[in-house]
Amino acid sequence: MQHKALPRVAVHKFTSCDGCQLAFLNLGDGLLQLSDLVELVHFPEAGPLDPGAEVDIAFVEGSISTPDEIERIQAIRRNSRFVISIGACATSGGLQALRNLADGQAWIAELYAQPEHINSLDQATSIATHITVDLELWGCPVNGRQVLAALRSLLYGVTPIEDHDKVCMECKRQQAVCVMVSQGLPCMGPVTLTGCGALCPRFGRDCYACYGPAEQSNTESLAQRLTGLGLMPADIARRFAFINNAAPEFAAAAGRYREKSDD
Amino acid sequence: MTDERQVSIHVPMLARVEGEGALHLRINDGRIEDLRLQIYEPPRLFEKFLQGRHYTEVPDIVARICGICPVAYQMSAVQALESIIHFTPEGWIRAMRRLMYCGEWIESHSLHIHLLAAPDYLGYDSAPAMARDFPDEVRRGLGLQQLGNDIISLLGGRSVHPVGVRVGGFHHAPEYEAVAALLQRLRSAQEEAAALIAWTAGFDLPDDNQEVTCVAMRHADEYPMNEGRLVSNNGLDISSEEFTDHIREHQVAYSTAFHALLNGQPYLVGPLARLNLNHDHLPADLRALLDATGIVFPSRNMFHSIVARAAEIYLAIGEAIALLDDYHTPTSPYADIQLQAGTGYGCTEAPRGILWHRYQLDDQGVITRATIIPPTSQNQARIEADLRHSLQHFGLQQDDALLRLHAEKVIRNYDPCISCATHFLKLDVTRA
Repeated sequence: MQHKALPRVAVHKFTSCDGCQLAFLNLGDGLLQLSDLVELVHFPEAGPLDPGAEVDIAFVEGSISTPDEIERIQAIRRNSRFVISIGACATSGGLQALRNLADGQAWIAELYAQPEHINSLDQATSIATHITVDLELWGCPVNGRQVLAALRSLLYGVTPIEDHDKVCMECKRQQAVCVMVSQGLPCMGPVTLTGCGALCPRFGRDCYACYGPAEQSNTESLAQRLTGLGLMPADIARRFAFINNAAPEFAAAAGRYREKSDD
Repeated sequence: MTDERQVSIHVPMLARVEGEGALHLRINDGRIEDLRLQIYEPPRLFEKFLQGRHYTEVPDIVARICGICPVAYQMSAVQALESIIHFTPEGWIRAMRRLMYCGEWIESHSLHIHLLAAPDYLGYDSAPAMARDFPDEVRRGLGLQQLGNDIISLLGGRSVHPVGVRVGGFHHAPEYEAVAALLQRLRSAQEEAAALIAWTAGFDLPDDNQEVTCVAMRHADEYPMNEGRLVSNNGLDISSEEFTDHIREHQVAYSTAFHALLNGQPYLVGPLARLNLNHDHLPADLRALLDATGIVFPSRNMFHSIVARAAEIYLAIGEAIALLDDYHTPTSPYADIQLQAGTGYGCTEAPRGILWHRYQLDDQGVITRATIIPPTSQNQARIEADLRHSLQHFGLQQDDALLRLHAEKVIRNYDPCISCATHFLKLDVTRA
């Protein structure tokens, strides 16, 4: 059977835990179907190695945290028609962006005491800080449904649909009992992007915002509610400064409450 | 035989491993002059992030160290934290923690065997390429991986960075219907896992025996996962509190991961070490399956690790069935405990070997110090020792492509989890 050339796809890793690449590796049979639909030209964990290849779609996992990574991501942009950043590290800098805030100079001085051994930037930043990104898939981790939906849309030549709903909407759809109302838990659902399926509230626990900020998040209103639930300013700052601590909306809210706790 | 050739092999990016590593090998005059497994994955400084966080946040933070073995990080963490008040989970909580670990072993081992290791032995560069000639075997493997993931999701909501584990137990107890459906799948997977053992044992595995010190946990009554003492084949027998009296990490210039040594020497952790030291705890049916392969355990051939992984998949499926067989929903999925100031130690058997955690808490329940020693930094010195031995044994006169492939095979055989190993760059580093 003759095929025309398959779309070329790459999966690149930067500073990360590898968990978002599992959105592909955990597809089961879907992984085999995928390799019939596209040509996986670079995906080191799965085998194919060709970091400099020109591709139609590049999925990028991880944040940028070394000088070498800046050069790599710029080359990927030049070589790729669509760049899709996947996961919290790639879209917001991830958990490791906490070092951007910490009394960083002390850490960095320690790190750079042996610059010949450890080559690290003083900030861990999102992919979009460095290059133009065509689509961001948020989540820690992203799941197979998200990556396949994006890929399928692009293969059909249509713009992928981005979900901007909040976890609260998903909770209602799932008919989950609100953990903030029923248990007084400091749930981050009201400001967090949906996509996980409201896993935490359905397990009776508070959302911890691993999918990052939703559109038009009213962080101040939530923070006041958390105050009403008895959280101290430092606790509220920590709620925002978690998995997606460097997402601008969350960083600003965390900053405001960190200042209050210092007062 | 003398080889006058000078060979320099440089593998800048290792494929089919978890994370970013490279290999440098220089052979001169028939001798290995330089050999370095370089890990260049950037450090993520988790031990630092943990400082200042409340203990209730720890399971969600440490999961992010590794996408492939988040359960292991959560298990060692809650055990270490709970040990501060001498809390030991029993009954339903103990059983479900072991079940969740079974899920992760099945998932991680299946992924390694099929997506990372098997292509080496059958001559392919990836599992999808291998699937063209071995469709049933690859599908069986991906199915087992899915089964492992579904066990984790049963208790954790999702298989990567699951959300169900908390200090004291779980946030949520699975419903009976979900358990019954999973139980049925587990029963039918037993036969597949038995076939997998025979399949891996049938690979053309190099015959290469080595003197190694194996270190694993050991429990009086069961194959170790969450509980036990740390033992070796050379007389080690310690509790997790005594870990750093015997095992020390040190920095090497070329790697962002630490090397851990036992009394100054390399040692092996992981499935082969576990199986070698806990062979007597294997169920009779699994022992018969292993006997049928003709491979004798304990084994000193590192390449038998892949068979040990397959054996542990079979074991974990059997354990999961036993743990779920008389499932009941508990009154509460967690014990309502409050931690106090102190230091706690935890060690559990991650898919790749022992994973050690230590936490110090203040009287507000805030972490003041955290130390985590993952399996791959423990295996790193062993991998280099193995490479020196195996490449010599393989024949340094072999051509570059074959030497390179053999070296990669040796490295992959340890299933190094490089992302894990580099997340612990400490600030009290030894200065060169």
